[in-house]
Amino acid sequence: MNLQTTWFLLWGLLWALFFISDGFDFGIGTLYLFLGKSEADKRVMINAMGPLWDGNQVWLITAGGVTFAAFPTVYAVMFSSMYSALMLILFALIIRGVSFELRGKVDDPRWRGMWDGCIFVGSFLPALLFGVAFANIFQGIPIDQHGVYQGTLFTLLNPYGLLGGVLFVLLFTVHGAVWLATKSEGELHDRAAFTAGALWPVLLVVAVAFLVYSRFATSLYANYLASPILFAVIILTVLGLVGIRIYLAKGAFYKAWFASALTIMGAVFFGVVGLFPNMFPSSLNAKYSLTAFNASSSPLTLKIMLVVAGIFVPLVLAYQLWAYLVFKGKVREEEMMY
Amino acid sequence: MDVLLLSRVQFAATTMFHFLFVPLTLGLSVLVAYMETKYVKTGDETYLHMTKFWGKLFLINFAIGVVTGITLEFQFGTNWSRYSAYVGDIFGSLLAIEATAAFFLESVLIGVWIFGWKRLSKKAHATAIWLVAIGSNLSAVWILIANAWMQSPVGYTIRNGRAELTDFAAVVFQKFAVVKFIHTVSAALVLASFFVMGFSAYHLLKKKQLDFFTRSFKIGLGFGLVFSLVVFIMGDLNGVVVAEKQPTKLAAMESLWNTTERAPIYLFALPDQENARNKVEIGRIPGALSFLVKHDINAEVQGLKDFPKDERPPVLPISLAFKGMVGLGTIFILLTGFGWLKRKKLTESPGYLKLMMLAVPLPYIAIQLGWLVTELGRQPWIVYGLVKTADAPSPIDTTQVLFTLVAFTLVYTLLGIIGFTLIIRNARKGPKLAPAEEAQ
Repeated sequence: MNLQTTWFLLWGLLWALFFISDGFDFGIGTLYLFLGKSEADKRVMINAMGPLWDGNQVWLITAGGVTFAAFPTVYAVMFSSMYSALMLILFALIIRGVSFELRGKVDDPRWRGMWDGCIFVGSFLPALLFGVAFANIFQGIPIDQHGVYQGTLFTLLNPYGLLGGVLFVLLFTVHGAVWLATKSEGELHDRAAFTAGALWPVLLVVAVAFLVYSRFATSLYANYLASPILFAVIILTVLGLVGIRIYLAKGAFYKAWFASALTIMGAVFFGVVGLFPNMFPSSLNAKYSLTAFNASSSPLTLKIMLVVAGIFVPLVLAYQLWAYLVFKGKVREEEMMY
Repeated sequence: MDVLLLSRVQFAATTMFHFLFVPLTLGLSVLVAYMETKYVKTGDETYLHMTKFWGKLFLINFAIGVVTGITLEFQFGTNWSRYSAYVGDIFGSLLAIEATAAFFLESVLIGVWIFGWKRLSKKAHATAIWLVAIGSNLSAVWILIANAWMQSPVGYTIRNGRAELTDFAAVVFQKFAVVKFIHTVSAALVLASFFVMGFSAYHLLKKKQLDFFTRSFKIGLGFGLVFSLVVFIMGDLNGVVVAEKQPTKLAAMESLWNTTERAPIYLFALPDQENARNKVEIGRIPGALSFLVKHDINAEVQGLKDFPKDERPPVLPISLAFKGMVGLGTIFILLTGFGWLKRKKLTESPGYLKLMMLAVPLPYIAIQLGWLVTELGRQPWIVYGLVKTADAPSPIDTTQVLFTLVAFTLVYTLLGIIGFTLIIRNARKGPKLAPAEEAQ
């Protein structure tokens, strides 16, 4: 496999790892106002993400940084074209991040209420907008031959883009509800488990609708038809989706979470595989599209970065996994720091 | 108002705000790690309370530092896309390495440290905060290497219409980066020391928890004295490197218009950019600049008139900021030096304690002034001698940038007020001690 293709796949993998890890944080944050009936519930929900969310979020920084390092032209054009959408995401992430730390610092219900709202907005908005952004990339973006964007924020809010947004929100809320079920007890646990089960059929319908709509709105399937073995990606995604339901029914929440993680990984790679070699396709003219080949860094940079990624990504995964294991099990009252 | 100007204001505002919190993270993480290690080694509970008290302040500061850093990594793409496409081959890889090799360590371990008190052994828990300190300082290494490359581009060639990497080691190990890193991290330790000393002084003046705060003060004092000296020495070395690599910045720092041998330093000078001269010059020390940057009082130093008008940085703010920074750096040495002499009878020196309380903001100001010199001094270049700032912004429309600039201003102002209020309030509240110790 050549350097560019390797980096293209790694790029997809990093985004997938971000959505799998921080995805459950977004999900819990989105459900926060609905499932957190009491102050005790809310604290369990925040502390269910507490020790982990900060590290999870770094996958976004890594995905962004790797886009910059390996595909600088994509980084430049993607983030400047999607200026407003990305900025909204960043503002959301700012208020989410400080909410966790600051919410408990003043003992006043109005103070906490303000941060409660911030936690919801700061989680829901990125979930939605990442979905909108990626669906639009699948579909193609109106960029000209100089990589200048010929649209507005509202250009992104087309039906297919919005469906992508809804899909992401549902993927993450199910993912988050399942995680919360593993971390909580009593009524909150029951509500989380119920929510995951109740949202699942909706997720199924939206996921199928997205797969069908992609046939008409995008050219993602061209790669699949050219090499049908790739359909394995879609099959695995569907298996993951079905797995969530099966394990939920058995009350095996950890397994259901892994099935959900597989589904998210599959959803990302469904698009990534279909896009190849495009990374930021132009909807105006295919010649203007940015690809893994015309937008990449020099071979030297790609090689150095491959060595860096080869050492550090497994290392990070190892110590992050260790951190997850340290905090295995239910949230304990005496350990709630937020 | 155009995209260039708005993007510059936005980047300046968001980095400067971010850097109100970063130095305390860099410095206080080390101090807290030191306190926790003392606890593990001696078993003395006071060190545990110290770790928790200063750690709590550290965490409020840390949260704001982290969230305001995320936007910076993406602003190169959103607002400076032409810059990013042109230099991403080098600059982008440094940011990516920062995330994978450093920022992850800091971010994963901070969660472990906050929540892991009961789940880890004492030793493992102290190791966690050391890893946070190492991770955040390693982050600084890579960010400063990236910044150093903008000041002094090395190890590249122009190919395929952009700058491409040819020598990674030259980029990473260039003197500019090494000096800048030590200077910045020492400055962060000075800031953290003054923070600890200042709030300790507040409690000592109130005669509260004397043992706790005397010991805290002394830890701050030790670090503060050492690193006030280091930051000064490294600042001097920084000047030497700047003279070699960025003659226009050096000349602007000292308001030097004409290329001269025995170049002087003025204690005060008021430059006049338009007419390329100084309106006011007070306290001329002949040969001082030559001596500082070339270690020879007769050496020739290049003046700004050697460069075309449109390649000169704005001299007035740079020279004033530079003088301010150096002045403050001197004050830090005097204050910590004096404190060292008084270290045995701190509580008997209320005047000194009051001074140290008031001195808390000074390192913040010095650090901001230092960055103003660094970044304004680089103008009109975004990469010195290679790419002009004017050629770097994204081809986007003005309203978007105006909108986000307003939003950043509002959100950051609120965050700043909330953050500093909480830090100060919690610092004044003092630590939670066991009742027996409280009585002391």
